[in-house]
Amino acid sequence: MAAVSLAVNGKPVTVDVDPRTLLVQLLREHLRLTGTHVGCDTSQCGACVVHVNGKAVKSCTVLALQLDGANVLTIEGLAAPDGPLHPMQEAFRENHGLQCGFCTPGMIMTAVDIVRRKGRDLDDRTIRDELEGNLCRCTGYHNIVKAIAAGAHAMHAGKASKAAE
Amino acid sequence: MSATGIGAAVRRKEDHRFVTGKGHYTDDINRPGQAYAYFIRSPHAHATITSIDSKAAAAMPGVLAVLTGAELAADKIGNLICGWMIHSKDGSPMKMAPHPALASGKACHVGDPVAVVIAETLGQARDAAEKVKVDYAVLPAVADPVAAQKKGAPQIHEVAPHNTIYQWHIGDHKAVDAAFKSAKHVTRLDIVNNRLVPNAMEPRAAIAEYDAGSGHLTLWNTSQNPHVARLVIAAFVGMAPEHKLRVIAPDVGGGFGSKIFIYPEEVVALWAARRLGRPVKWVSDRSEAFVTDAHGRDHHTHAEMAFDADGKILALRAKTIANLGGYMSTFSSAIPTYMYAPLLSGQYSIPQIYSEVDAVYTNTVPVDAYRGAGRPEATFVVERLIEVAARELGVDPAELRRRNFIKTFPHQTPVIMAYDAGDYNASLKKAMELADCKGFSKRKRDAARHGKLRGMGFSAYIEACGIAPSQAVGSLGGGVGLWESAEVRVNPTGSVEVLTGSHSHGQGHETTFAQLVSDRLGIPIDNVSIVHGDTDKVQFGMGTYGSRSGAVGMSAIVKALDKIEAKAKKVAAYVLEAAESDIEFKDGKFSVAGTDKSAAWGDIALNAYIAHKFSGQELEPGLKEGAFYDPTNFTFPSGVHICEVEVDPDTGNTEIVAWTAVDDFGVVINPMIVEGQVHGGIAQGVGQALCEGAVYDKDGQLVTGSFMDYAMPRADYLPPIKVDTTMTKCPSNPLGIKGCGEAGAIAAPAAVINAITDAIGTEALAMPATPAAVWAALQKARKAAPHAA
Repeated sequence: MAAVSLAVNGKPVTVDVDPRTLLVQLLREHLRLTGTHVGCDTSQCGACVVHVNGKAVKSCTVLALQLDGANVLTIEGLAAPDGPLHPMQEAFRENHGLQCGFCTPGMIMTAVDIVRRKGRDLDDRTIRDELEGNLCRCTGYHNIVKAIAAGAHAMHAGKASKAAE
Repeated sequence: MSATGIGAAVRRKEDHRFVTGKGHYTDDINRPGQAYAYFIRSPHAHATITSIDSKAAAAMPGVLAVLTGAELAADKIGNLICGWMIHSKDGSPMKMAPHPALASGKACHVGDPVAVVIAETLGQARDAAEKVKVDYAVLPAVADPVAAQKKGAPQIHEVAPHNTIYQWHIGDHKAVDAAFKSAKHVTRLDIVNNRLVPNAMEPRAAIAEYDAGSGHLTLWNTSQNPHVARLVIAAFVGMAPEHKLRVIAPDVGGGFGSKIFIYPEEVVALWAARRLGRPVKWVSDRSEAFVTDAHGRDHHTHAEMAFDADGKILALRAKTIANLGGYMSTFSSAIPTYMYAPLLSGQYSIPQIYSEVDAVYTNTVPVDAYRGAGRPEATFVVERLIEVAARELGVDPAELRRRNFIKTFPHQTPVIMAYDAGDYNASLKKAMELADCKGFSKRKRDAARHGKLRGMGFSAYIEACGIAPSQAVGSLGGGVGLWESAEVRVNPTGSVEVLTGSHSHGQGHETTFAQLVSDRLGIPIDNVSIVHGDTDKVQFGMGTYGSRSGAVGMSAIVKALDKIEAKAKKVAAYVLEAAESDIEFKDGKFSVAGTDKSAAWGDIALNAYIAHKFSGQELEPGLKEGAFYDPTNFTFPSGVHICEVEVDPDTGNTEIVAWTAVDDFGVVINPMIVEGQVHGGIAQGVGQALCEGAVYDKDGQLVTGSFMDYAMPRADYLPPIKVDTTMTKCPSNPLGIKGCGEAGAIAAPAAVINAITDAIGTEALAMPATPAAVWAALQKARKAAPHAA
């Protein structure tokens, strides 16, 4: 066993783990943050996407011990507890961008990262290309693409109104 | 229409927990003291297990037990069963081989579980599994169903000579032959309906817990029908009496049929939990899912359609060999028979149909229902035949369809089904307008200018949903009734819980079912909870598949609501001091006809429970009613999908450039959810047509065993989809619902292949139409006709 210290959703944690523990196992099994899902074993499906130091990462591809000192954000930390949803979460809800919900946390974390990298005006083709690493079996992606386009606008609108304050 | 009633695009109640990561899927549940199961699986497609040495493994750190088929048999754990009896044309019953939860004596497919390690942690169980020494004597294997029936093929199960489970047929053979003799034109096709892996994004999982004090077992699992799982595990596997087994299917991350069935792993988890007195958890990884989740399709068909001189269909005949894999899965026998051949009439008036189906064992993963289940296979046969026939006859494909559409209802087909309502021409007309079929030839010319081959394909599908009248199911060999149950519990404060036997694993029942209650009782949708997926809460139910939750599950709720209203009116009569016959109920208010006296829904609910206004002799207190609804017919959703593609002749790559879907689902409860179902179904159908296919090599190894090898449709594979509807009400259920869950997957493959073959000018193209396959088909066609375009 070895200790790793990191911040998860803004809270510092130190956990003793078996060295082979993956980040997703640390989150799900040690911290009981079960919103991050495991849908495959070849890093293809993207159900496990979280943000590490601000960037989207498939948490099944990273050993927990690699993340000493890192800042990890999961779906549970995207919006303040009991506060309003994050604009991207709201966009998925509003546009019926989910059905069974299993791929959804990974989709939303990926979507937020797409907006960070590509900005507010995302065309259909860009969004579809950027979703290369996320699989959904329910929606046919149609409404996910719509949700991400809407969420991107809403995120920027939110930023603009904050800047105006 | 109220903002939350029937027909409103209400945003889903379940979404808040899913978008915030607060769902409760099976793997999110943990029980105190739980141990972990890891299965040792056969690496061989067909092999005798000569010995299992687990001594070294048992001594590994954290290991609690290593269990094999021998212990399973010693503990008298029964076999898994197939619950639908099919008789061969000679009258003999299907040849069902034993299917133990852990292989006994021999393994019949790669992935067949041979032993299980239970340990304190999953890591320890995996480590120990590597130390279990299984000796196999490898036997010759067969994965191809056509080869499996041939003389000299490896014999998989003693009970089934030539690996043939049944040789079934339906229809009038002689009448069909006579019709073909008189035909002016016959179109013939050989079709392989490619084998698919369902791949719901949530892998299967099970947690079993035993309470030694009460002798009760609890199973949390990823099931589409927890009550059916409980029934089979109790009555056939014999794990526990039904009343001492609780099955809970919490949030389930997609099913598409693959989570209907009762699987070895949940049986083993229950058995191990009882043996060890510890909760036992098992979660499939994706590689394991590929070799254990029941696959879909895998039909090999020769089909022929006969026409008269006017292009009217005279008859259809089809011979199909269906691969059922290494064991018969729960409903496997019904899929290539009653879920398939009765749909071979499509939307057309076909006087005579004859279909023969041979089901065979092979050394592959069991095959069972996958989204559409038999109906996509039938639609592909019919819609390819008619499209090819149109091309052969030089008739416009839309016109040939129109000429043969069924126009009057009810319509009795020659293969069981009595279609109750539809307007096929209306869907075709609307779809052709939306797809701008008139502008197609210009688009084709434009595409040619930039070196692309443009094609358009139709698929006019029908499905039989809302399964199904129990008596009919029983007469066809089904071991269950396919009604649905509902219980409506009104609380003293007027809020409502609906307990339903349907199960939601993405369909949004918490919203649509609540819309029905809100509409009927005039109460806010947030005052309604839908309870499902727990055999201790819901008395019994048949679960969700075959697009039955709306047509059957909601009809049961309607029946229960009728009783609630009747009882509430009695209460209202006492409260308002009026005759019961004068009580009217509308928009959540009870009033006395012709007066201004009224009482709100909540007042009546409270009065039903405090029972101050009536005596116990006059009326029972409380407001809770249950109902079972057994449908009187299948429902028949139908529609037309039009796909337009551009093929790059240099690479064979197909791009779907436009998709139009016009469906008739009857009455729609929530158009937003219905559109989502159509999108998802189309994606799976496009996956089948363009990229998906489970490939076995000659030794029975699954070559496409992970997301690295099995091509799932991704976002960039699919076009934006135009969805619209037409509507004929379903006459057989109180809401007029037909169902929408499978339509896209049923319609899409034929539309895609009809479009590509239109583009490349040859019919010799199998699914999946990968770039390599399309390019090869093009080259072959060009060699055969070097001067053609």
